[in-house]
Amino acid sequence: MRVLIIGATSAIAKASARIYAELGCSLHLIARREDQLELLASDLLVRGASKVSYSVLDLNNFAEHEKTLDTAFTELGDVDIALICHGSLPDQEKVEKNFKQAQKEINTNGISIISLLTELATKFIEQQQGTIAVITSVAGDRGRQPNFVYGAAKSLVSTYLQGLRGKMLTHNVNIVDIRPGLVDSPMTAQFPKGPLWSSPERIAQKIVKSIRRGSHTVYAPGYWRVIMFVVSVIPEFVFKRLNF
Amino acid sequence: MEAMGWGRYPKTTAKLIQPADSQALQKFISSQKKSASCISRGSGRSYGDSALSEQLVSSRFLDNFLELDEQQKVLRCGAGVKLGDILSVCIPRGLFLPVLPGTNAVSVGGAIAADVHGKNHHLDGSFCTHVKKINLVLASGELVTCSEQENAELFRATCGGMGLTGVIVDASLSLDSISSSYIDQRSLVANNLRECFEHIEDNANSKYSVAWLDCLATDKNLGRSVLYLGEHSASKNRKTDTMYRERSGLGIPFYTPSFLLNKTTMSLFNASYFGVQKRKKSAATLDCDNYFFPLDSIPNWNRLYGSKGFLQYQFVIPSDGAFEGITSVLEKISEKGKGSFLTVLKKFGEANENLLSFPKSGYTLTLDFKNELALFPLLEELDRIVLAHDGRLYLAKDARMSEEVFKASYPNWERFMTIKNKYDPGNCFASLQSNRLGLTQ
Repeated sequence: MRVLIIGATSAIAKASARIYAELGCSLHLIARREDQLELLASDLLVRGASKVSYSVLDLNNFAEHEKTLDTAFTELGDVDIALICHGSLPDQEKVEKNFKQAQKEINTNGISIISLLTELATKFIEQQQGTIAVITSVAGDRGRQPNFVYGAAKSLVSTYLQGLRGKMLTHNVNIVDIRPGLVDSPMTAQFPKGPLWSSPERIAQKIVKSIRRGSHTVYAPGYWRVIMFVVSVIPEFVFKRLNF
Repeated sequence: MEAMGWGRYPKTTAKLIQPADSQALQKFISSQKKSASCISRGSGRSYGDSALSEQLVSSRFLDNFLELDEQQKVLRCGAGVKLGDILSVCIPRGLFLPVLPGTNAVSVGGAIAADVHGKNHHLDGSFCTHVKKINLVLASGELVTCSEQENAELFRATCGGMGLTGVIVDASLSLDSISSSYIDQRSLVANNLRECFEHIEDNANSKYSVAWLDCLATDKNLGRSVLYLGEHSASKNRKTDTMYRERSGLGIPFYTPSFLLNKTTMSLFNASYFGVQKRKKSAATLDCDNYFFPLDSIPNWNRLYGSKGFLQYQFVIPSDGAFEGITSVLEKISEKGKGSFLTVLKKFGEANENLLSFPKSGYTLTLDFKNELALFPLLEELDRIVLAHDGRLYLAKDARMSEEVFKASYPNWERFMTIKNKYDPGNCFASLQSNRLGLTQ
């Protein structure tokens, strides 16, 4: 299998890449920091990847997306799986008062992914097969006071994916929307952890499994589907008073 | 957060720092104020308080494989890589770790800091015997390399040094070639301690050798045991499908109510275990997980000893006095009615040159005890027996040894201190254990 991982040095991406490496896949990685990419590439080779290449890119540099993806497809030939993992968790208080920062966060967590999906869709239609999987978030299910800028960007992507899934149906391409709950990773280092938190490794296993099965919308771990259902049925006149 | 070792005693609150890479780690160490101390933490598998401090520096994200040279049989990997991950990479290539402790969850950094040993110590030495090179971050924030050739004194202090010299970032390990990851096991029943010692001596060339012992048997049955010998199998293919095969047994969902663990239940368990083993076929072939890590099949087995946790007591006594010393220890335990499910006896080979490494030539016995007030005076009595026979306790399992006992039994502690003071004069690296043992503060 040939796997393209975007935002490859995030904790969940790294854990997923390791599973694919152990399966003997060829991988192409895209991320911002070259030293991290180099480390990850050697890790994946030791774990059994048949080939690892990478491109350095700041994903908010939209102008470079097309070129970088071209490189990835040249390196891998066809791409069986494209997994988009990058994101950042903004400080809500700051971004709701500062549009410039809000815009940057929405670019990182939303617009940059739409840009990538646009390119990827064209390429996957050409090859008439494959899976595009994107990590969104349970935060996109409903706008909550403590993180609605992040949530709005994520729901932008989720909505886009729903439409894209239909579009790609006749081209034998599946679209997977992975919505992790609370994940214990460097991105969430500042939060105290409780029983609802799960490890990047656990999320990665779920990602690999749902891509193999051709799932559509996946909550990771599964119990978040129940939690988010409950959150979604709270009437708005109650919900607007909640701050969680 | 609340922090504790594998024995769940003692508990403390600590701040957890999880550097994303070695640069972040260096930045954190450089920014440390004089008053604060920290200690590195891998998988949290040391039993007592050796990985507890105000600040815990986790090696969780230092978990990359860096290079595997299959010709030279050398692996370089981050300190946070777990031994189980190394096995799943190595076994399909016909390679194996030369030393494996009783759990595959131990991190490379932890294995070096505690200089862990395995069932083959009598032939192959301890973990650090096979460590070629270590990169570690010193208290100054500087990243240095040490090995037997380069910064040798730092290397000798870091191997088995319980994290007190710096934070290990990565290490190069020598690997062994194996015919198979399956182990042909032979078991020999011994009706008393003398027989067990004889079996061990008679089979000194066996690659792996460890005995389970009924610690509550008395009089003529004292020390009745089953000796397990193992060799890498020549007949079975090596295990190649380690993917997705991580064992996840049911685990222990909650603490065993403490009152269930008493002399009667322990004796019953020990006697029936001995009875079953005695009647069992004496030869079997086991896969490497079942042979080396039987307890890993029960996640959270440390909850078996109740909510207050347990203490593991492991000591070594030189061969000359070993029979006598171990007999006294077992008698003392029976007399007090304490006991454990798992009592393990093994013969060590020669000690290495690391300053604080535990293994030295002789016999080592490991006991688990439920944590209770009455236990502490008993352990102090055991300390005296061990000291009287020129023995010592394993730092990775210790949670209560006194400074006097430590300094009397680890003769190289002063040389260790000289090196520690040279590289970490402000005691940036300190654990509850090192404070208790008078190595810091």
